[in-house]
Amino acid sequence: MRKYFDPFRLAALSGAAAFLVACGGGGDAGADGASSEGGADADAAPAIDPATTGTVVGTVTYTGSAPAPVSIDMSEEPACAEKHDDAPMRVPVRVSGDGGLANGFVYIKEGLADRDWGPPGGDVTLDQEGCEYIPHVMGVRAGQDIEIVNSDGLMHNINAGPELNRGFNINQPTNMTSTRSFARQEIMIPVRCDVHGWMEGYIGVMEHPFFAVSGEDGTFRIEGLPAGDYTIGLWHEELGEREMVVTVAAQEEATADFTLDDSTAGTASLGEPLVIHHSHAAGAASR
Amino acid sequence: MATTLTEHAPHADAHHHELSFVRKYIFSEDHKIIGIQFLFMSLFFLLVGGLLAAIMRWQLAYPTDPANPLPGGGLFPETMVNNGIILPEFYNSAVTMHGTIMIFFAIMPLLVGVFANYLIPLQIGAPDMAFPKLNMASFWTAFPAGLIMLAGFFVEGGHSSAGWTQYAPLSADPEWTGVYAGQQLWLISMIILGFASLMGAVNYITTVINMRAPGMTWFRIPLPTWALFITAILILLAIPVLTGALIMLLFDQTIGTTFFASATGGEPLLWQHMFWFFGHPEVYILILPGMGFVSEIIAAGSRKPIFGYAAMVLAIIAIAFIGWLVWGHHMFQSGMNPMLGMSFMVTTMIIAVPSAIKVFNWLGTMWRGDLHFHTPMLHAVTFVAMFVIGGLSGVFVASTPVDIFLHDTYFVVAHLHYVLFGGSLFAIFGAITFWYPKMFGRMMNSTLGKIHFWLTLIFFNLVFFPMHNLGIAGMMRRIYDFTQYEYLAPFQGLQMFISWSAFVLIGAQFIFAFNFLYSLFRGEKAPQNPWHANSLEWTAAPSPPPHGNFAHTPTVYRGPYEYSHPDAPGDYWPQNEPGPAAPAPEPVYAE
Amino acid sequence: MGWLPEAASTFADSIDGIFYLILAITGVIFIAVEAVLLWFAVKYRHRDGRKAYHTHGNIRVEVVWTAVPAVLVVLIGVLSVRPWLHIRSPDSIPPDAYAIDMTAKQFEWNATYVGPDGAMGTDDDVTQRNQLHIPVGRPVVVMLRSEDVIHSFFLPEFRVKQDAVPGMEMAVWFQATRTGEFNLACAELCGTGHTRMGGRVIVHSADDFDAWLLAEGAGPPLGARLASSTDQP
Repeated sequence: MRKYFDPFRLAALSGAAAFLVACGGGGDAGADGASSEGGADADAAPAIDPATTGTVVGTVTYTGSAPAPVSIDMSEEPACAEKHDDAPMRVPVRVSGDGGLANGFVYIKEGLADRDWGPPGGDVTLDQEGCEYIPHVMGVRAGQDIEIVNSDGLMHNINAGPELNRGFNINQPTNMTSTRSFARQEIMIPVRCDVHGWMEGYIGVMEHPFFAVSGEDGTFRIEGLPAGDYTIGLWHEELGEREMVVTVAAQEEATADFTLDDSTAGTASLGEPLVIHHSHAAGAASR
Repeated sequence: MATTLTEHAPHADAHHHELSFVRKYIFSEDHKIIGIQFLFMSLFFLLVGGLLAAIMRWQLAYPTDPANPLPGGGLFPETMVNNGIILPEFYNSAVTMHGTIMIFFAIMPLLVGVFANYLIPLQIGAPDMAFPKLNMASFWTAFPAGLIMLAGFFVEGGHSSAGWTQYAPLSADPEWTGVYAGQQLWLISMIILGFASLMGAVNYITTVINMRAPGMTWFRIPLPTWALFITAILILLAIPVLTGALIMLLFDQTIGTTFFASATGGEPLLWQHMFWFFGHPEVYILILPGMGFVSEIIAAGSRKPIFGYAAMVLAIIAIAFIGWLVWGHHMFQSGMNPMLGMSFMVTTMIIAVPSAIKVFNWLGTMWRGDLHFHTPMLHAVTFVAMFVIGGLSGVFVASTPVDIFLHDTYFVVAHLHYVLFGGSLFAIFGAITFWYPKMFGRMMNSTLGKIHFWLTLIFFNLVFFPMHNLGIAGMMRRIYDFTQYEYLAPFQGLQMFISWSAFVLIGAQFIFAFNFLYSLFRGEKAPQNPWHANSLEWTAAPSPPPHGNFAHTPTVYRGPYEYSHPDAPGDYWPQNEPGPAAPAPEPVYAE
Repeated sequence: MGWLPEAASTFADSIDGIFYLILAITGVIFIAVEAVLLWFAVKYRHRDGRKAYHTHGNIRVEVVWTAVPAVLVVLIGVLSVRPWLHIRSPDSIPPDAYAIDMTAKQFEWNATYVGPDGAMGTDDDVTQRNQLHIPVGRPVVVMLRSEDVIHSFFLPEFRVKQDAVPGMEMAVWFQATRTGEFNLACAELCGTGHTRMGGRVIVHSADDFDAWLLAEGAGPPLGARLASSTDQP
């Protein structure tokens, strides 16, 4: 239940809608991580010298007992059911044969210089196929366009419920692409389809480009990090959050292996502010 | 009082200091100009509402069909129409805004804003409204309300999509619809519009009570003014209830109150009770003035006194009273106590009676008349024919067990359009063509008028009569894509037929728009009294009447419907013509 | 052309009966009024030399055409009372009705059946999405709730419709008269996915229903429930 109250906003509304649109459009820049208060201007941001950067690699391993997959009854959407070779399952903890944990969102949590990390780059795609979100977990940059694709050709509803960003609740009645974005850093934004109650996905929004999602074998790789000490965060939808400190040296690979057991299962905190934003209502427009 | 009026000898004002263009036509205090301002504004909104209906009908003809993209769909942003496919959120907005705009910004201002302003002072022999400045304020409050309502289409998240009835909690929290600013603009616009309606209503009531010309007793008031007077009382009592509910809903939206959210102690049904406590009188606000216009036109067109004038007035008053006791019939399936539902069924059945009385009296008026089927008369007689259908279909949904099945189906859509389009809008077309010569001093083209009338009559019925069948087959209203339901998919052919009929129906309205605009400049010059009618606007004021209306305050000697009186010289007998005159052998009426 | 959907519940007879009665009454009035209107329009159309008959009305006919519609609508109202109370009054719910919990949310219907322990609201209850399984020939009472906005539980073939209002629990009872698959629809605009908020009603024979309960791991078989509920009074 988001409530927006701000006398200014109310006044703007009753006064003129055009003003409101302008207000929403102008709100994009208001994010702390790269605010101009630090003195770094977007235009002035110097490119990072590749010679000064290193890489973090690692594997997320799960040693506990994985909860049993839950079968999904897709009988009401035969078109989706056909796209699955096996019976469709919800697999909350996806572990490979040697313990690699997939769908962990890994990101630099602390230690980065207060600077502008440049434009967010190209589009990323969130597909809906077989009545599932592909990928299940993804990371994007703040302001980066997310192409939401409906490959199923049947009605999907895409309901993103962020805490810090402006959410959206849109529909794709047949094959089509819609483009949306989130303006602020947020770990993590749940996405669900209210038409197909089993569909869920998660999007991490970062100011900086240093994040990855662990693959089927649990490995991840974050490149181009300026040398330094970092706190690396790990988020998993079922198993909660972890963090560890690594030191990255120029042109070297630092290792950050996470090992999880089931002791913190279920503590994942969706949408808990990674960076505390003070202004709650100042037009965090996602379009 | 009469002396005060004559002292203000208005025509002298008009001669002595010419008003500037701005004061005369824009910030005008003249009730006639204000009425005409409302006319242009509400005809524009009628167009907007019609185009929204066309968008809905396209989706219903070709539900989510990539092979038939919405023509001109590329003009819309991706958030409304994606790849030619109308999105569900935009469809819901179109449904909501079609209802909202048609009811609050087209039909209601056409009936009340236009004709209460224009007709009341002229029909009762007053130089203007009791409070001309308040009258000006009323228009200049309604106009920004309209702009704010339109602005909602252009904000992020789209326009309100909770249906024109705005059932909470769907309307109360953006979480349920994805609509943010649009919903708030909707509420703000409606609150502002409510103030405009209240300013108008106070004015109409005061004017009718205090400013009638000498001799204009209550039972000599023409029926349009009677109907508008009672309507104004309904507005004065109903709008504050709506405004209160709207403010509560706006608070739920913006500052986190939960009047209508059950999780924190609110009550979703409270919204429905408040909305319909306003909403059902509103239904009569939307039909009573039309009944008044139709009475006037049928009497003049039949060259006969209205049959049962007193019964007509009493029926209007009865409808206005019982109209306050029937709101629960919108809520039979809402979870309201079934005993309460039974009581509302009884009152609802009873309110059918005065409506029936009116229909029979119109038939009685036509009986043994001398019927002149000019364009206004065609529209007025059609009003009676269509209102009968809308009234009778109301009996089905008034019966609580039958309503279990028909509630929220296309049957209700058919019913309400037979009343609001077949009824109110035909009355409006009749009234515009009838009073157009008085307003603008020119006649509307009769041939174009008749072409528009026949096309509208035929295609209106082709659009809305089959909707009864859709409802009886169990098709829900406000459904974006009915083919998602196996049992409804076979109706796509019928839906396509309805849609194409609707496109012709909407297209035919451009004939009216053309006739309206063309006749402003090229229409035949109108005489003072082209319909040979009796009431003061025709018999005591030129076409168009000057600022101040009457050269001298008229004196009224008889009722407004003394047509074909044996003692009168012609087949009509003006209200302000002194004394009985020698009877003439032949009526001198010429069409 | 559309007509009433096939009937599959015990309510259909009374609701359809009143529907046809109203259709007959209003049909006659409709044809009579429109015929008279057309007849007058043709008969009394303007002709040179026609003079209208001057009259202000007639009290006697006013009384007649006030009384006749009043009697007819009161008649329809009176005939509507009994079926309405039979369907809606809480007292009418048969005590042996099989209870199913139905929770509506954007945009799905979740039907919950009592688990093997015979008590609703415990962990062994079985919930299914967008499917309602019921036995034929037995009264069923659906305990209707909503988690978010107002939905409307609409079974066209059963002539059942009831809004699901958040914060309220409505008991909706009905009894299927035939086995087969029927429609479940949402009849109240509930958001952008409203159009997809549909499901199926599957009416089983009593034996099949028990077999279905067993297969899904749900409640004690119907036969057992009925036996135990008849023990209670």
